Amino acid sequence: MATVWYEEKQYPVKAGESVLDTLLKNQIPSSYSCRSGVCQTCVMKADKGELPERAQKGLKDTLKKQGYFLSCVCYPEQDLHISSENNSVLAWIVDKQILSQDVVKINLRCSDKIEYFAGQYITLTRQDKLSRSYSLASLPEEETLEIHVRKLLNGKMSSWLYDEAQIGEQLQVQGPIGDCFYTTGQNEQPLLLAGTGTGLAPLYGILKDALKQGHQGDIWLFHGALHSKGLYLVDELASLIKKHANFHYCPTVLQGNPDELIKVGNLEEIIFSQFPKLSAWRAFLCGHPELVVSLKKKLFLKGVSLKNIFSDAFITSPSTSS
Amino acid sequence: MASIYEQIGGEKAVELAVEEFYRRVLSDERIAQFFDDIDMDKQMAKQKAFLTMVLGGPNQYSGLDMRKGHAHLLERGLNDSHVDAVVENLGETLKSLNVPIELVNQVTTLASSLRNDVLSR
Repeated sequence: MATVWYEEKQYPVKAGESVLDTLLKNQIPSSYSCRSGVCQTCVMKADKGELPERAQKGLKDTLKKQGYFLSCVCYPEQDLHISSENNSVLAWIVDKQILSQDVVKINLRCSDKIEYFAGQYITLTRQDKLSRSYSLASLPEEETLEIHVRKLLNGKMSSWLYDEAQIGEQLQVQGPIGDCFYTTGQNEQPLLLAGTGTGLAPLYGILKDALKQGHQGDIWLFHGALHSKGLYLVDELASLIKKHANFHYCPTVLQGNPDELIKVGNLEEIIFSQFPKLSAWRAFLCGHPELVVSLKKKLFLKGVSLKNIFSDAFITSPSTSS
Repeated sequence: MASIYEQIGGEKAVELAVEEFYRRVLSDERIAQFFDDIDMDKQMAKQKAFLTMVLGGPNQYSGLDMRKGHAHLLERGLNDSHVDAVVENLGETLKSLNVPIELVNQVTTLASSLRNDVLSR
């Protein structure tokens, strides 16, 4: 008989009972709706323990890999540990580099190395409890976590990180979270990486990850900014182009003059005029919520399966304005 | 006798059908505004559960679930015409997947019969 561990307590799972049944029987509030493994309301995350195939059916690859499962149809054969969401580690700033007039790169070293997939995000908490989330641009095997922070007008955390934070500054790091990352399989599939502003951070991580894992298909990175001052990592991307024949970089700006590399216009229009047919592609969309949501919908309507669209919309906290 | 769900191919068939159905619904000006959700993945999971149910597949939705699930849309003016549009899109989806017309009609009749729960009547 298997046991479910939840918040340090164990609950035996009777034969024929699902994880959801067990939790509800023990008065643990749990969400559910269809009770048939379809609507995904009951989704939970397991830290340890092998999950029966049926319990992950229908979930996106990137969620399966992180141990997410559907509790209403999970009949565990082995013990299962349900994740509590609050793990945080101590971290400190070990490097800080201004990348552009409003973007700063921060590298953090953690007291305990955290496991993540390139493109996921973490939540940073300052000594005074101010918390904000940032996407990871680094690869898990790197020594430090790398984030790109855009200084927002009235941005509490971003202004502090850009203008004041020093090397040695201590912060709490929680995470990783997010389902926008690269998974292997479908090696030849063309990849679309599209984002605005510091959406480039997770896309850069995903790009490096895909190349490192030997992705053969074409990888197209479209990075949109208001004007050319908003583009960054241009040199790093240029050197990746030299090393990888299947990588293509398209910087775009809304205002300014086009040159050999930079296209001027609306990011979506530029993408679709270059690639009117995208149904076989996999897409990663990061950055401004309006763009991410709009592009996701358009790609879906053009025939891209939702299973192949991964998105991370950067939602700013109410205290700031962009 | 096998349910329509089983007859048309079970889960695999629903996977194909739901994306087709969701695309049609998003492109239908009569109802697109009710599907203007930021979380498309969650929304599609619900569509899949709905489709599974009306095809006679495994589900445990109750009338109350349908009422609760659509209550917030009533404030936005959800009415019979929208239910009709959804049922129409459902029928077109199944036809496009070559489901025999008698089965299509059975499914759309069932879907239409849910309208009192959907509209909290």
